[in-house]
Amino acid sequence: MSTPILQVADLDVRFATPDGPVHAVHELNFAVSAGETLGIVGESGSGKSQTVLAVMNLLADNGTATGSAIFDGEEILNLPAPRMNKIRGARIAMIFQDPMTSLNPYLTIGRQMSEVLCMHLGSSRKAALEKCAAMLDAVHITEAQRRLVMYPHELSGGMRQRVMIASALLCRPSLLIADEPTTALDVTVQAQILALIRELRTEFDTSILLITHDLGVVAGNCDRVLVMQDGDAREYGGIDEVFYSPRHAYTKSLLAAVPRLDDNRLRRARVSHADTERDVALLRVDDLRVYFKIPPATLFAPAQTLRAVDGVSLELKPGETLGVVGESGCGKSTLARAVLRLVSVTDGQVCLLGRDLARLKKKSLKDSRQDMQMIFQDPLASLNPRMTVRDIIIEPLQTYHPELDGTELTKRATNILERVGLEPAHLNRYPHEFSGGQCQRIGIARALILQPRMIICDEPVSALDVSVQAQIIDLLIELQEEFSLALIFIAHDLAVVRRLSHRVMVMYLGRVVEIAERQSLYEQPRHPYTRALINAVPVPDPRIERARVVTVLQGDVPSSLAPPAGCAFRTRCEYATEICAQAVPELASHAAAGGSSLVACHHAEKI
Amino acid sequence: MSTDPINTIDEGSSGGRSLWSDAWQVLRRNRAAMVALIILTSMTAMVVIAPLLSPYSFDYTDWDRISVAPSIAEGHPFGTDALGRDLFVRTLYGGRISLMVGLVATLVSLIIGISYGAIAGYLGGRVDQIMMRIVDILYALPFMFLVILLMVFFGRNILLIFVAIGAINWLDMARIVRGQTLSLKTREFIEAARAGGVSTPRIIRRHIVPNLLGVVAIYVTLTIPQVILVESFLSFLGLGVQEPMTSWGALVNEGAREMESSPWTLIFPSLFLAVTLFCFNFIGDGMRDALDPRDRSGQ
Amino acid sequence: MLRFAIRRFLGAIPTLLILIGLAFCLIRLAPGGPFDSEKQLPPDIEANLRQAYHLDEPLYQQFARYIGNLARGDFGPSFQYRDFSVTELIQSGFPVSLRLGGFAMLLALIVGVVAGTIAALRQNSSSDHVVMAVSMTGISIPNFVMAPLMILVFAVHLGWLPAGGLGDGGFRNMLLPVISLALPQIAFISRLTRGSMIEVLRSNYIRTARAQGLSTRAIIFTHALKPALLPVVSYLGPATAAVITGSVVIEQIFGVPGLGRYFVQGALNRDYTLVMGVVVFYGILIIVFNFLVDLIYGFLDPRLKV
Repeated sequence: MSTPILQVADLDVRFATPDGPVHAVHELNFAVSAGETLGIVGESGSGKSQTVLAVMNLLADNGTATGSAIFDGEEILNLPAPRMNKIRGARIAMIFQDPMTSLNPYLTIGRQMSEVLCMHLGSSRKAALEKCAAMLDAVHITEAQRRLVMYPHELSGGMRQRVMIASALLCRPSLLIADEPTTALDVTVQAQILALIRELRTEFDTSILLITHDLGVVAGNCDRVLVMQDGDAREYGGIDEVFYSPRHAYTKSLLAAVPRLDDNRLRRARVSHADTERDVALLRVDDLRVYFKIPPATLFAPAQTLRAVDGVSLELKPGETLGVVGESGCGKSTLARAVLRLVSVTDGQVCLLGRDLARLKKKSLKDSRQDMQMIFQDPLASLNPRMTVRDIIIEPLQTYHPELDGTELTKRATNILERVGLEPAHLNRYPHEFSGGQCQRIGIARALILQPRMIICDEPVSALDVSVQAQIIDLLIELQEEFSLALIFIAHDLAVVRRLSHRVMVMYLGRVVEIAERQSLYEQPRHPYTRALINAVPVPDPRIERARVVTVLQGDVPSSLAPPAGCAFRTRCEYATEICAQAVPELASHAAAGGSSLVACHHAEKI
Repeated sequence: MSTDPINTIDEGSSGGRSLWSDAWQVLRRNRAAMVALIILTSMTAMVVIAPLLSPYSFDYTDWDRISVAPSIAEGHPFGTDALGRDLFVRTLYGGRISLMVGLVATLVSLIIGISYGAIAGYLGGRVDQIMMRIVDILYALPFMFLVILLMVFFGRNILLIFVAIGAINWLDMARIVRGQTLSLKTREFIEAARAGGVSTPRIIRRHIVPNLLGVVAIYVTLTIPQVILVESFLSFLGLGVQEPMTSWGALVNEGAREMESSPWTLIFPSLFLAVTLFCFNFIGDGMRDALDPRDRSGQ
Repeated sequence: MLRFAIRRFLGAIPTLLILIGLAFCLIRLAPGGPFDSEKQLPPDIEANLRQAYHLDEPLYQQFARYIGNLARGDFGPSFQYRDFSVTELIQSGFPVSLRLGGFAMLLALIVGVVAGTIAALRQNSSSDHVVMAVSMTGISIPNFVMAPLMILVFAVHLGWLPAGGLGDGGFRNMLLPVISLALPQIAFISRLTRGSMIEVLRSNYIRTARAQGLSTRAIIFTHALKPALLPVVSYLGPATAAVITGSVVIEQIFGVPGLGRYFVQGALNRDYTLVMGVVVFYGILIIVFNFLVDLIYGFLDPRLKV
């Protein structure tokens, strides 16, 4: 094994807070060898970010680090700033999670990037800018010269992250630290960035320290991995060793809880009360369109239309789960809100139990609301911070059954609270006293208390840790059986959707590109976008990742303000021809796949 | 194994910790704010029971005792002014006017500001745009001058003072309430309430207003000193309350004229005014730290 | 950028019109006309005077005439200083106030920004606490309290500086008035700068800059200063209004013959046209200044440029 480029020993990080000292990292030991990628994996609060911030001497003012961090033979932990500044950015570089806020919005790209070169290499501004342009080419940003005079807000998320990577590599550092570099990006963009990092690693001969919570990313990109929990190291070793023969219980539970794309576990058939209702659609959406008018930025510019949902049709049967996936801008959240009439419908029909919700007046709409409820993405934000848990949960009851008295309300609230796994004592608490997973349970209790026929879940587990995700999903599956619920489960995580759904619907720029039975969609995707999407999701299994050939989808998602004419996906599709630019493909049955599979592609049969 | 233990809540207390009690805890730890609170309360108490504290009335002129230096022995702890009136009692009565104007005018701007801001924020769209344009236009006018104009043209009516000063500050309050309402409107718990069929009046009552109170409390505490300042400014120029009623600003004016011969006539009212403003500002800062952590001026 | 400027300009016009309209209404509504303080005039002479002052024309015509006069810089005659027109009074008083106010703003900006930046860089240290305490004092003690106290100390007891009057307009005479006028703004601007700088220094892009190994100097001057000062630029408009308001009192206390003092005298003597003229004049000044500040802000923030 080559000599380690970074050797960390007994690293200990503490913070002084008004509530007392917080011990974030406990005596950590690890090393990064030259030319390898070490992954640090952990959930929130595991201390993984604080570890690298301590090594880079970037801790907040109230943090202290003790121990040792030897970089290239030199002790760098707590090195005084003037000396550390020569190392940071030049020999060790770091990129962060959120490219939107990590770039200075008030400086041009060129100015920010060239500053690094001017500082470390003493180059003139002109020479520095030329090198920056060359580096932008290396990270596959087209029209480098033009980008140099642009501001960050004019670039997309993926491009901004490329700019960050480019800035980091300008001085050819021997170590690149990447703190959750792809967490804020869409799945297909994530695949692009990870491929880029792998490519640059060999080209620039840089070791990488990759921090992430995503085991799939680790499996496909790292040589060795360190698993952290609550500031301690739980597992440390080669990638195959950790994934296939984990020693610590935490690692094992983590691996078991991670949703996998190739999860083949059987899904119980959908449940319904009476046989007679089995085939009658609970919800039918017909050519739904939701357009928003964007007020013009200046007096004389024309108003623009944002086509958030551009002709979506679907059917939901009682007791079934429909998964809806898509990346940012696909309209899945707007779809959810349109069905519930939280936003106004521009055109089309939404029929719940035969009644067209889009046309209903307020009073009748209120009646229908009993049958459809919603669970939201941000668990804490979906609860009124000034109301107790009890008041939050009983509010729907007070709206629809004002005749119930206080004791009865409390009784029902207690019942439902216990059903979702919390205690009666929690009724008098306030939302901010709970963790994310607990808040989500409260949200579920509120949605369930009226015993609706259908619940729409808008990314309910995206903000939660992996182990908590698994619990909430299990809870939803149980509740679905017990209450015979129909669920629409919206997510950007294909692996999560697979576990829960009977059928899956894929959206792109406001339109449906494919609907199919779960098995069929994941094993034989028909639409090029579905294929690319499935292809881009990393599997937490090193052998599978190594064997896989990843074809990365190029380009970015077009803006919803100006979708491409014809098929919206054609700008990124390898099969696109002229007909794709002329006509919008309709959802049609695929001959080989059977009746229930619908694909919207002009070339579906040939692929 | 779960990293989200369900029962980590402190089971000891039976009630929950509301955001108000949390904020109170943070405020209590702020020593400057606590001291300010104590000083303010004592000052208010003194001002209210003023007549009991001194044998003299505020307009009793004693020609034998003109411009006497402060001495407790002689019964004039703050001395007397150029007309032989006891400064101690006058300072306290001046405090009544100043504090009263502060509270009432703030109340006026509060009522106007909250209603205006909440309506604009919640209704949104066209209505909001028009209402805020009006605020923008009014914001650019030099209000102080207009108030002085009003005083000049229509006389020194104390009611007019209340209304005029209140009318200066409502713009700030309206903007803040509107901003907060706008950001609340898009919060997911409001969506959840709408999805749950809750009626609009109830949403405003139970969901929006309680979440506005924090921001309102902060700005009320910071508006009171501004209003007192405006009143003092007007009184200093001779445009405030009519003689022989007095306020701290008027007393400072008198004191400034006499300061070479009897500096105490300037120092005592100035001290009271300054300390009161100090205290309100400290408390306001402390409340901002406690209720709106993103806005911390300290940590 | 041009569109932005035009839009802002169009936005300023209604404000101007409302201001002038308000002024005009007030002047016509004021109890007592321009002739009240005189002894009773015989009716036909009064009618002639009314005609001379155009008071017999319909209101909208008077309004149009008023605006026309304003455009030509004619604010009408002063009622108090019979030999002078308001315009002449403004012309004599304004340059004095401008010097005073201008120096005060400059002082406030320089001292405020520097003090705020230092306090932000040394957060929670003793220098920070000193700056915060001094600025709290500046906000809490009104300048009409501060000024007499300063006169008491520096002029009366120590005798270093003159107690009032502009004298020859030299440094010694200007010092106390300028400082008194600037103090509340120094206090506010330093707090504003401090808060804004602290927030900017906490942002993610500063963390990136530190990770890139930039020196503190480079971070402050290249990355942090512009975003941190944007709120100060926004504040320039209200700051000017505050300085103008404050000058009213300061000129009174120090006996400086500026526009503010004329205003107060006019207010106390019911000189309607003078008071009105000053209000309209300052109002226009503030509106124009706000417009310029808006332009500068739009120029500095790249997100508004596009």
